[in-house]
Parts: sequence; C-alpha cells; structure tokens
Amino acid sequence: MPVYSEKVMEHFMNPRNVGEIENPDGVGEEGNPICGDMMTFYIKVKDNRLDDVKFKTFGCGAAIAVSSIVSEMARGKTLEEAMKITPRSVADELEGLPKNKFHCSNLGAQALNKAIKDYLSKKKTGGKE
Amino acid sequence: MRKVYLDNASTTPLLPEVREAMIPFLDKVFGNPSSLHDWGDAAREAVEAARTQVAQLIGANAEEIIFTGSGTESNNFAIKGLALAKQNKGKHVVVSAIEHFSVLHSARTLGKWGFELSLVPVDKYGVVDPEDVRKSLRKDTVLVSVMHANGEVGTIEPIQEIAKITRENNVVFHTDAVATAGTIPVDVKELGVDGLSLAGNQFYGPKGVSALWLRKAVRIMPLLDGGVQEGGRRAGTENIPAIVGLGKAAELAKRTMAARIEHLTQLRDRLLNELPGRIDHVVVTGHPQNRLPGNASFCVEFIEGESMLMLLNSKGVAVSSGSACTSRALKASHVLIAMGISHELAQGSLLFSFGLDNTPEDVDYVLEVLPAIVDRLRQMSPLYSKFTKTSKGGE
Repeated sequence: MPVYSEKVMEHFMNPRNVGEIENPDGVGEEGNPICGDMMTFYIKVKDNRLDDVKFKTFGCGAAIAVSSIVSEMARGKTLEEAMKITPRSVADELEGLPKNKFHCSNLGAQALNKAIKDYLSKKKTGGKE
Repeated sequence: MRKVYLDNASTTPLLPEVREAMIPFLDKVFGNPSSLHDWGDAAREAVEAARTQVAQLIGANAEEIIFTGSGTESNNFAIKGLALAKQNKGKHVVVSAIEHFSVLHSARTLGKWGFELSLVPVDKYGVVDPEDVRKSLRKDTVLVSVMHANGEVGTIEPIQEIAKITRENNVVFHTDAVATAGTIPVDVKELGVDGLSLAGNQFYGPKGVSALWLRKAVRIMPLLDGGVQEGGRRAGTENIPAIVGLGKAAELAKRTMAARIEHLTQLRDRLLNELPGRIDHVVVTGHPQNRLPGNASFCVEFIEGESMLMLLNSKGVAVSSGSACTSRALKASHVLIAMGISHELAQGSLLFSFGLDNTPEDVDYVLEVLPAIVDRLRQMSPLYSKFTKTSKGGE
C-alpha cells in the first residue's frame, strides 16, 4: 500500500460528491488516462457561490481522495474563494500526500479552476447552451 | 476478515521445513566457511550441501552454482559480468523488451560503458520471436539475455529455440529464470543456455539469497572483489542460514513440483476462465496457454490499478498491478506497453499470482468481491461514463 495519511484513506474509502450534475453551470476536465489520472468537475453556481460541486475521477487512491476533498473544500465558497484553492492547500487539507502523488493535488485544483472559468466564460457570453 | 495472499510473484512465504533447516545456522553453527577449523568446516559443509541441492533443481553441476544476494544481483552480475568478460570480442548486447529492470537497467549501464544495446520486441502475448533474436545478432554481439518467463504476465519464452541460434553464432546466452526455477521444470542442459539466474524467495525460500548458474568454462568478470568465496567470482562471507534455506527450498521444489503445478494450474485456470464472465470489459494479458501455472493477469477497462488494489486490500486480498500509479516512477508497466497494450488499458492492470497456500475458496472470494469493487470505481470513472453514453448513443 502506498503510504497515505488517514485522511486520504478516509476520503478514498468514502468519497464525497461523486457523480455528475445535470445541466451544470460549469465543467472542467484535467489530466488524461495516459499520465494516469483524469478528473472531471461539475459545478452549480447560485449568487456567486458554489451551490453544488460533483466529480468523476479515473485514477489512483490519491486522485480519488483529492477529488473528494476539493469538492468538499469548494462547496459553499464564493467563486473568488474557490479559485484560491491551490495544490498545496489541497495536500495540506489531506494531511499530506506522498511526494510522487503530489501532482494529483495539482489536477484537482486545476479541474475545479477550469470548471469555474467555464462558468465565467459562459456567463460573459451570456451563452445558454 | 478473510485474508487472501495472491501476490506470490512478488514473494512467496517461507515453508516451515525451510525455516527449520535454517535455524541451527542462526546461532549454533556460526563459523566462517573460509576458516580452517571445525567451526569453519561445519559452515562450509552446509554451504556445499545447499549448492548441490540448488544444482540438482536445474540439472547442473554443483561447482557451477554461484550464490548471490538476490535475483537482482544475479541478473546484474550476469549482464555486466558476462559482457565485460567478452569485451575484447565486441561490445554489443541483446535483451528482450520485457526483461526485469535488473536486466534492462544493467544493459543500459553497459550502454554508459561503451556497449551498444539491442532490444528484441515481443508479440501481443509477450512472446519473443527467436528469429528476431537472430536478426539482432552482429559480429560484435557478446551476450544475449531473454527471460525464461515473465512474472507479470506469465508468458513462457522459447528459450530452447533461442539457444540454438546463439550456439550457432557462438554468443553467450543468459536467461533470467527467477519466475520459473523452482516453479516449473528447469534443466539447463535441455534449455541450452550458458547462464541462468534464480531466486529463493520465488519458491518458498528465504529472501536475500539467490544464485547464478554459469556453464563450466563460461568466463565472467566479478562485480565484488575480495576473497576467494564462490570460486573467486563473488567475494564476501556467505549468508549461511539463507543459503541453507535456499538449498532446502530447492530440494522441496524438485520433490513436489508436479503436485504444486497441478494445484496452481487449477486455481489459475478457474480465475482466468471465470473472471471475464463476472466483469465486462476485462482482458486477459499474457499467453493464453503457455504461461506460468500460478499467474492470472488481467487489464480491467476504464479504471485504475492502484485504486482496485487498495479496495481489494480493504477486503483482505493482496494483489499487484502494473499501472503507472502503482509504480514509483509513475510509468505504466514496460511489459504491457511492449505487448502493444495502450497506456489507458495498462492503467487497469491486475496481477493475481497463486501460491501453495491458496485454495479454491480463495478464487471464490475474489470472484465475489472484485465485481463490486470494479463497479464502484467505474461509477466514479469519467472514462466509463463517456463509454456508456457513446455506446448507448451509437446503438
């Protein structure tokens, strides 16, 4: 077993917010199956806050735990606050990640970021799909 | 909770008889085999008895066995030592693309020392075509190394055919038999090789001891200089308890091999045959028939190996995976990639390797718990949801 913290194991065994959102306000995908991990985040925005965050993840234990904690950290936050979630804050929230798994926390923060940017760009263009 | 160890390709447990044989050499018999007194004699006799036991396992002469500290050391010694001993003849070595890292990386080190390296490809089952070995030979080729069987996918290689070609061309041929010696019949004369590596912890012996067999008159450059232990080819005071354990494990393996093979083959075939019926989109990796008796290896689509491994562990089941995420280097298994399996599919690699302690109930247990694990991870997988959407849309 990789040396994972108890928090990582807990989130891996009981991931929060798994799934997709129907008619999401924003979608962000990061990573690819070749490098090992791939995450898709779905968000619902209400009054400039993340009303709902869900994810689907292909990857290792760390990737799944990262997705879960990112979804938990982001829920209820304003968009500005959520954009400030960094790979470091994700890893810290998980009580650390093995060195060679740190890139998973990158993916999580980036996928969420992309989902928010997706929402903002749709809003700017006023685009309904 | 039920505990099921299905990772015997990583290492096997120690047999009680082997442990018993080792105990006196942990305390009572402590002499140095090089010493010229009764204490030394007792230790030396034990080492030489073990040498005979190991030689008999592979149809060799006792004086051709060199004890080493691991399968990795045996392979390093063979690749570097055999090539260096022949460097006046030439500086070209040939190895297969699916060798263990202890062979591949040793060959790469030779590359830094001015040797040239050719990698022989494998087919989709992981089989080396002997004709590809023939084509790779050059006037300055001094060494060929192809493994007897691959522990990750179980495929057994056509060593005899390759040996014919290397003999015709007067090139030294080494085989890494770590996955086979002590598991299936290995006879160095039948195989026709010049050198062969084996490891004790693959057949219920202790860790930290292995052997390299070298046909008489084959020259090798020592990696460890010092005293004249192991005929001056591997210096250092012998690890007596481990060597005694290796000898005992070799004796037991030879005596009970047929029954062991039958036992392992039954378990392997049940899992190979039944798992694909329980889980959709699973492929068997390695050769369908010509494979190690205890090896059942698969790739499960749309999910990743480490997360399967962790969930199996939470159910008490120990397995391995060749996925990128399970390797420290975060690279998918070079064996699966060499077989033409995509990086995406290789991520779902799972290796079950059976041992003597396993029972048909262990197979039942895996068949019971794995489908739910796969299903759970697929429900989380964006690749699976894409697949289900497009396949529904396409129909």
